Amino acid sequence: MAERMQFEYNVEGGNFSRAGFASSEIKKILKKLNVDIAIIKRTVVATYEGEVNIVAHAYSGTIYVNIDTEQIRIRLKDEGPGIPDIDKAMEEGFSTASSEVREMGFGAGMGLPNMKKNADEMHISSEVDKGTEVEIVMYLNTKE
Amino acid sequence: MKVKEIARLLDARIICGQEHADYSIDVAFASDLMSDVLTLKNDNVLLITGLANMQTIRTAEMSDIQCVIFARNKRVTPEMIALAEDNELVVLECRYSVYKTCGLLYEAGVDPIF
Ligand SMILES: Nc1ncnc2c1ncn2[C@@H]1O[C@H](COP(=O)(O)OP(=O)(O)OP(=O)(O)O)[C@@H](O)[C@H]1O
Ligand SMILES: [Mg+2]
Repeated sequence: MAERMQFEYNVEGGNFSRAGFASSEIKKILKKLNVDIAIIKRTVVATYEGEVNIVAHAYSGTIYVNIDTEQIRIRLKDEGPGIPDIDKAMEEGFSTASSEVREMGFGAGMGLPNMKKNADEMHISSEVDKGTEVEIVMYLNTKE
Repeated sequence: MKVKEIARLLDARIICGQEHADYSIDVAFASDLMSDVLTLKNDNVLLITGLANMQTIRTAEMSDIQCVIFARNKRVTPEMIALAEDNELVVLECRYSVYKTCGLLYEAGVDPIF
């Protein structure tokens, strides 16, 4: 593969019918690059959780994807209400999701912990009333 | 168990993915909560759900789930079918409740995940 590839996708807050579009595109790219299927699954599940979080909790966002021969780095940055207490948000079961989000099959407070479980690294920062940034890193050469 | 055998057992309609009706299912999971489905690590999972929206199909796509059964006559929309076809998913519509669907599958030997 080329030394380094970059992609970005816009995500619209509140638009559930489109949620997952970016993660789906990323999955197609990783498949084309012949990335190990177990790594693809962990990557897209974590990315999709992050994408749904932007749709469910923020106003708009961008997903930046960086792939090189060593790792996949995905940064999900949004403009939104931010997360006042990140430790609390990372707890399984903590959710402020609206009833609309729950009707879509989400809002169990499992997304952020599930991202952490699937990613090799996860970094999260947030500013109240500004937005949130979650970065996940997946290692590509764990087999040796 | 093969998808086509499942369809017969449940008297279910194959809505799309007929050409993949030979898929073999290892285990089944029933949920309307996509948050929960996304935590599964197994391969070849059969999803039984009463939640019929785009996110059900998206969740299956991300989780590498190849077969989804919509129970209790929940109808899939053309938009859902198009996305399912893109992802080579088999989608079944079944008139039985989630409970009965699961009961029949369990009785027929389809294993649970947990
Ligand atoms: N991008 C975001 N912007 C603002 N708040 C967020 C964002 N992501 C997560 N949160 C906050 O953190 C909480 C926990 O997030 P998490 O993804 O774990 O659960 P959830 O989205 O509520 O439900 P689930 O992911 O199970 O569907 C959310 O309910 C919300 O309060
Ligand atoms: Mg979430």
